[in-house]
Amino acid sequence: MKVWRKIRESLTSSPIPLVFGILCLFGVVVSGKSWSFLLQEVVTRLARNWILVLSLLVPVSAGLGLNFSMVLGAMAAQTGIIVMTHLKVPGILGFLGAFIVSFPIAVVLGFVAGNIMNKAKGREMIAGMMLGFFMNGVYQLVFLFMVGTVIPMKNPDLMLPQGFGLRNTVELKYMKYALDNLLNVSLSGLVIPLATFALIGLVCLGLNRLYKTKLGQDFRAVGQDMHVASVAGIDVNKTRLLAVVIATVLASLGQLVFLQNIGTLNTYNSHEQVATFAIASLLLGGATVTRATVGQALAGTFLFHLLFIVSPYAGQSLMGSPQVGEYFRVFVAYGIIAAALVVHAWEAHRRALSAAKRGLPEGETDRAG
Amino acid sequence: MRRLVERVGVPRLLVGLFLLILFALAGLQRLPVKMLISSALVRIGMNGVLVLAMLPSIRAGLGLNFGLPLGVISGIVGMLVSLELRLSGLAGFFFALLVGVLLSLPAGYVYGLLLNRVKGEEMMVGTYMGFSLVAGMCMFWLLAPFKNPEMIWVVGGKGLRVTIPISHRFGGVLDNLGKFSIGGVEVPAGLLLFFAFLCVLVYLFSFTRTGMAMKAAGMNPAFARASGVNVEKMRILGATLSTVLGAVGIAVYAQSLGFVQLYLAPLMMAFPAVAAVLLGGASTSRATVFNAVAGVTLFQTLLTISLPVTQSVIGGDISEVAKLIISNGMILYALTRKEA
Repeated sequence: MKVWRKIRESLTSSPIPLVFGILCLFGVVVSGKSWSFLLQEVVTRLARNWILVLSLLVPVSAGLGLNFSMVLGAMAAQTGIIVMTHLKVPGILGFLGAFIVSFPIAVVLGFVAGNIMNKAKGREMIAGMMLGFFMNGVYQLVFLFMVGTVIPMKNPDLMLPQGFGLRNTVELKYMKYALDNLLNVSLSGLVIPLATFALIGLVCLGLNRLYKTKLGQDFRAVGQDMHVASVAGIDVNKTRLLAVVIATVLASLGQLVFLQNIGTLNTYNSHEQVATFAIASLLLGGATVTRATVGQALAGTFLFHLLFIVSPYAGQSLMGSPQVGEYFRVFVAYGIIAAALVVHAWEAHRRALSAAKRGLPEGETDRAG
Repeated sequence: MRRLVERVGVPRLLVGLFLLILFALAGLQRLPVKMLISSALVRIGMNGVLVLAMLPSIRAGLGLNFGLPLGVISGIVGMLVSLELRLSGLAGFFFALLVGVLLSLPAGYVYGLLLNRVKGEEMMVGTYMGFSLVAGMCMFWLLAPFKNPEMIWVVGGKGLRVTIPISHRFGGVLDNLGKFSIGGVEVPAGLLLFFAFLCVLVYLFSFTRTGMAMKAAGMNPAFARASGVNVEKMRILGATLSTVLGAVGIAVYAQSLGFVQLYLAPLMMAFPAVAAVLLGGASTSRATVFNAVAGVTLFQTLLTISLPVTQSVIGGDISEVAKLIISNGMILYALTRKEA
């Protein structure tokens, strides 16, 4: 009986992974795809996406909510990749080089994002999202118009025939599978990129270690109550800034891993959906706007991508149209984010209401909740 | 001088100056300036109502209405019903408006109820409600039981097309209504009058009892409540009116464009409208009809003229990028300002 209660408790405390787990299972059965096909697809996609999703954790713990500005990290990574592809640096050297180039860019962009979020306290998420859209414009300005005119560069493989601006798609022939192929293990037909998973493991360990340091504790303190944290002597703005910088650097690493696996760079689109898919993944694992763990990030990514893989096949066999399934997964991605935001805001609103009834100032209940 | 800058505002001054430079360049490059002005006029009328839709939401204290796709989708369904019945001309257009408005009323009401429960996060919730609605409706467009062969895919015989041409139905009905030309500049009188009519309605509404109550609820909810205003009801009203104007706005937009665009086309539609009203001098908590008109005029004229000018000067289309930077930069600027 005790076991049952435990199971029931864990299920009621996180209904979202359960609901989507069942949906995935249903999709898997309906799709009629073999387990080995699905397993290979899932493993590939986990290796590709896990770091991107993990990059969201630090801002959540620091109270900045879902980091929609992670797109900036992706842009930094793409800049690094473009430089290395231009210099024709092959394999893992190119990957490392791209990281070295993108690192300072990610730090600067993270600094900008952090400052903007400090200016937009209470609406960090929408500000982060608009910043992503805005920087997308700047990114296009740089790579579509300034490269070849203001920034001297000549490379017909990468550039448009008009002499300036990069091509829409760039084949990453020097960097494709740079990390994945470093150490590949084949388990009865299932190919596992061990080096990539090792890097992911390293990021997970690093995050766990970070939470045990003074800085990690500061993140949590600021995330729970900025006012209390500042009274306790923590520089709130600086801590928040650091959280965003770390997140942006991790996001750029994540995008590097993502692109070396995909093998082609859609110069002007590769980064656009990054935040949506990563955030939806995190939320499917049962995370909320204020609480997210490494485990939720890992599990959520698994669920989201399983759903992503089976949706078109399920749509084909249920509705006779794979497109229905394709739109369904886009709908799930946006819908889950909308639902999480509604739940988060609704609870904050209810807390404020009950606090008003009891005649307490709002900050008092924030700490209790 | 400084007072002038303060009154006009830095963003408007910059964009205004930029516009003047573009017009001067257009003259130097011997571009057809009169034609550019004509098409700018069409684009102002075409986008105006969508920008105007921001006002009730901002005034009722809901912030910028990023949930505009809700109204847009209602308006699109209205147009589809009108097309399915094979109506054309002004009758077709106004029937589409009628259905769109009827659909947007309950949609806006429910949206208002939702926003009342997510105070403080209206903009973010609105954005993602809009996104998920647009994505969810994609499935509907594929499966919807519309039969008119003008609207559905030729191959397969089911599912609505991505863009549905409406030029032989009610495309351009407002644009061509009473169109005249002054010194080579064509003026789409019907379109501009329709926009002006709605502007006057919104303006007059702000002086009614309800309009005043709504403004009070938005400016200072606690004070409004103390003076007997039902703040929750006013917020619902604001959301509903905004959604209704969104539905009307997309119909006006589509009749100018000559197409109804489905699937992911409405996804980003709220952003240019939000940017325009901000460019016109509105903030996340204050907006006037003048802000909307000035904003849409500046923004759309800029977009119309920057395309041919940059093309002839630097040989590339920088207007899309300029649109991204200016519109999103404007929104970002408004969000980081210390007020509200």
